[in-house]
Amino acid sequence: MNLKDIENLAGLARIELSEDEKKSLLSDMRDILEYVKIIENVETENVKPEYKLFNVWRQDEITPREFSSELIKEQFPDAQDGFLKVKKIL
Amino acid sequence: MINLTTLTIVSARKKLDTKEFSAVELVSACLAEIEKKNGELNAYLEVYDDVLDQAKRADEMIANGESYPLLGIPLAIKDNILIKGRHISAASKILENYIASYDATVITKLKKQGAVFLGRTNTDEFAMGSSTENSAYGVTKNPHDISRVAGGSSGGSVVAVAANLALGALGSDTGGSVRLPASFCGTVGIKPTYGRISRQGLMAMGSSLDCIGEIAKNVEDVKIIFKAISGYDILDSTSITDATYPKLSLKKELTIGVPWNLVNGKGINPKVKENFKESMKKFEKIGFKIKDISLKNLDIALAIYYIIMPAEASTNLSRFDGVRYGLHKDGVNLLEDYKETRGRGFGKEVRRRILLGTYILSAGYYDAYYGKAQIARDILKKEFAREFKNVDLIATPTSTSVAWKIGEKSDPVSAYLEDIFTVTANIVGVPAISIPSGFCEVAGKKLPLGIQFMAPHGGENLLFDVGKQFEEIRENKI
Repeated sequence: MNLKDIENLAGLARIELSEDEKKSLLSDMRDILEYVKIIENVETENVKPEYKLFNVWRQDEITPREFSSELIKEQFPDAQDGFLKVKKIL
Repeated sequence: MINLTTLTIVSARKKLDTKEFSAVELVSACLAEIEKKNGELNAYLEVYDDVLDQAKRADEMIANGESYPLLGIPLAIKDNILIKGRHISAASKILENYIASYDATVITKLKKQGAVFLGRTNTDEFAMGSSTENSAYGVTKNPHDISRVAGGSSGGSVVAVAANLALGALGSDTGGSVRLPASFCGTVGIKPTYGRISRQGLMAMGSSLDCIGEIAKNVEDVKIIFKAISGYDILDSTSITDATYPKLSLKKELTIGVPWNLVNGKGINPKVKENFKESMKKFEKIGFKIKDISLKNLDIALAIYYIIMPAEASTNLSRFDGVRYGLHKDGVNLLEDYKETRGRGFGKEVRRRILLGTYILSAGYYDAYYGKAQIARDILKKEFAREFKNVDLIATPTSTSVAWKIGEKSDPVSAYLEDIFTVTANIVGVPAISIPSGFCEVAGKKLPLGIQFMAPHGGENLLFDVGKQFEEIRENKI
């Protein structure tokens, strides 16, 4: 891993980093990845994972829920006529 | 005068019901303690301004003859559990001015019982840490020695209970965040079975690991809070029912499994080992069997954790983008808005974990890290299931040592290693409790130690029963 990798990851994660922090993060990441590398020693070749993954469904019924749309709207960083205002995407 | 040091939820309930004191008097006593100590300890980030009104409502309910286990009981809530209309920040700058628009399910349940919320408590930012040093609003100090950390990430909630600033508290536990501070500060803390308590309204970190945990002075009090907030919730798709796991039949003769290879491993404070061995001897004396269960893959639990947790956290925290709520920094375009908002809003540890998770989930490394960790997690789960056929409980110390000095563990890996005993329960999904097991004197200060018990899925009642027995043998009452 090198500084370019850190910059690339920061770009993917949408996080602005200072030059100093890039360097310190690089050394932290190396240490952490060095530690978690012990995972390589686990024998997994003949293991069939039994993930119990399944969808959770419920009836599409309307039930009243207490939440405040006012509180949600009040917290928009930018708004117009009660709508959230965002910068253009294209 | 109310003596908060000896007051428990159970004893407060009796005194409230018999009108020995009112809820207003009880919460006033807590507020006076907070006024005295919170400046130094930094347990609460905010004490609510309507605490007395809440207590008055509780007194009215009591006057009407109503009684619930938590009616009028003052509780502290971790700053990552939503209460409608109140500030909640996850101890982060990115949510500094955020106000919750709905109640977490656990809050709804506590409100129904008439519990009083004193305030929101400090935590590592987004619950990422083992010491509460990663908060954007300052470190929480250990009441037993203020030069030491409280443990984390639920440090504020635990200190609130340990320093008599509340009778009970809610925290969250992703890798030990309730149990580790409970051990460091001398309180009881439980992480329930995965899915046992609804997480609707808890800010997500590692979704396959996160649990809401309860903190109080003793096992019975923790049980009361647990009973109040557990149960199936249609709003949480990972929620379980009482029928999800088989009921454990309580045996007369219980066997405790101990992974001695891990307990006797390097890096464990000799005084911690000694204290733990004494506890095991006491159990043997009252007829428990102690069995060596050298789990083969336990030492890789921490590596699994530090792969899965940042991967899930980096995904969960992508929602904080400055578009709909929270901090917003304006850049030249939308992409720059994102980068500046997230770069300034997130603290250092959060940025570190997001980057780590992004790396782990990136195309070239996914199989080597995340894929491999998922299979290893499955192997560990099976190992645990096998062991729980031979033993009823598994016991370890909760932490490798006593609370460390503030600032002592500045490199991330040394702090991560502190979770070695606690992460396994989150990876496997089983319930685990930390109970004070004694003290260790360091430089003239008596610092608490903790013991951890893990039970099979759905086995909270076993933890409560054995936990209460342990409280008695600890005091040499049996």
